[in-house]
Amino acid sequence: MTGLMIASVVLVALPLIAVVSAIFGRGVTVAFQNFPDFFIKEIPSVARRAGPGMGPAILGTLLVTGAATLIAVPLGVLGAVYLHEYGRGNRFSRLVRFMATVMTGVPSIVMGLFIYVLWTLHFGYSAFGGSLALACLMLPVVIGATEQMLKLVPHHLREASYALGTSKSRTILTVVLPAALPGIVSGSLLAVARAAGETAPLLFAVGAATEYNPHLFEEANTALSIQIFGNATSSFVAAQDRAWGAALTLVLLTFVITLVARIFTARIARRR
Amino acid sequence: MHDLRGHRAYADGAFRWAAAGAAALVLLILGLIFITITSRSLPVFHQMGLGFFTTSRWSPADALFGALAFIWGTAFTALIALAIAVPVSLGMALFMTQVAPPAIKKPLVYLTDLLAGVPSVVFGLWGVLVLSQHFGLGRSFLTAGVILAIMIIPIITSLSREVIETTPPGDKEGALALGATRWEMIGAAVLPHSAGGLVGAVMLGLGRAMGETIAAALVIGSALGQITLSPLAPGNSMPAVIANEWGEADALHKSALIALAVTLFVITIIVNLAATAIVQRSMRKGQGS
Repeated sequence: MTGLMIASVVLVALPLIAVVSAIFGRGVTVAFQNFPDFFIKEIPSVARRAGPGMGPAILGTLLVTGAATLIAVPLGVLGAVYLHEYGRGNRFSRLVRFMATVMTGVPSIVMGLFIYVLWTLHFGYSAFGGSLALACLMLPVVIGATEQMLKLVPHHLREASYALGTSKSRTILTVVLPAALPGIVSGSLLAVARAAGETAPLLFAVGAATEYNPHLFEEANTALSIQIFGNATSSFVAAQDRAWGAALTLVLLTFVITLVARIFTARIARRR
Repeated sequence: MHDLRGHRAYADGAFRWAAAGAAALVLLILGLIFITITSRSLPVFHQMGLGFFTTSRWSPADALFGALAFIWGTAFTALIALAIAVPVSLGMALFMTQVAPPAIKKPLVYLTDLLAGVPSVVFGLWGVLVLSQHFGLGRSFLTAGVILAIMIIPIITSLSREVIETTPPGDKEGALALGATRWEMIGAAVLPHSAGGLVGAVMLGLGRAMGETIAAALVIGSALGQITLSPLAPGNSMPAVIANEWGEADALHKSALIALAVTLFVITIIVNLAATAIVQRSMRKGQGS
């Protein structure tokens, strides 16, 4: 029986090793040949043409994910503050907490079509449409992570603040949230890392441009995930190469974000 | 002084309402999703009626949209994924909670976290260019099921682990004290206690597998109208059809694709509602004892 368990561990490790080694095996030569061409040049507009360029997709991913973070994190933290600091135990907050968990299971492609109907249909392709879709996906994750962290803030901190005559909102803003900050940052970063790799919600809102577009609200943009999806089924080796290079870039990007999150998590562990 | 306090109470109240508003956003978004996409799907139901769900001829050129084969494909790939992922995840969770010393447990948590962190489009890329070409699977239901299994193993493992960890130590020690081996103890104390929560964890995995789009879209093969039990046949699933056909779709075709999203949304919401309720009840039971 223990053998079966160890077999299951191997079965989990194997695909991870296979995927990671494929990405590095095929991606490194593509991405780091004539460094830093791959990371800054524009995407060839003809798929069969060999050569670098994922610059616009990197910028697009940063733009879309960054704006989504700016929307989802403040709202998610605020929502969690209500659930834990104001509405603890009441029926409304129980309902919201339950539905937030359900919302994490909404398929990302459904979120994409929702934003298509709500935004893209009226305002056209833009990076911001993608941000809205990602923000909707991140919101329940940020709420859940923040609430867990608020639970860890010792109650006597709040009481000490009240004893000094501080109002509840001031106590939350100047005592509770700073105390929970490292945990909130790490939880949010993990949500950001997940969002940065999403493809389905961006397909209907962002478009697939091949040139740099630094504007958040105007014109079609692109993202690494969109480029991987588009190039993966291409029969041209040049396009497949670019897909592997983009995959390596995306994985490195999410890895860096996750690593920063881990550093913050380690900091909380040390503090306690 | 009075003025000052009035101002402060006002600011306090405003903050409270802002926070309540942010929390209410969750309910608002869920409601809006249903309303907006349902309204956009009406044209295809006007055209097809309930035939949308009961027929399997999907021919945009003839304005025929029968989604039955895609509904079948979604269920079939999700079931293949569960058949692979459930035993592996359960074995992994039991290993981490009952057997592994802390020094091994921690790297295993990292391992599942890393697996969960790989973007689905990257799994899809690997699936279409490596797995389907070099392992003789082709683009098929089975390839999609394997990729989906890899993607849902982390969530089923971590939820199962949490549920199993709520087993009261007294139950486990009692079983061991009566002379049970580790395996008898797991069968007599751990599994009966965790059964509800494990079912919930598996259902959450099912919800994820059904909604997973990009990886499935890349490896499933995009065959139209296939209702088959053969795992090696190329097929299609609802999210894969949406992702693959959206680019070339005209108005009615788009409406049909949105109707697929509505169907998917309703099914996953029902599965998730049930799963979340089961998991939360099982966790509370664990904390209570």
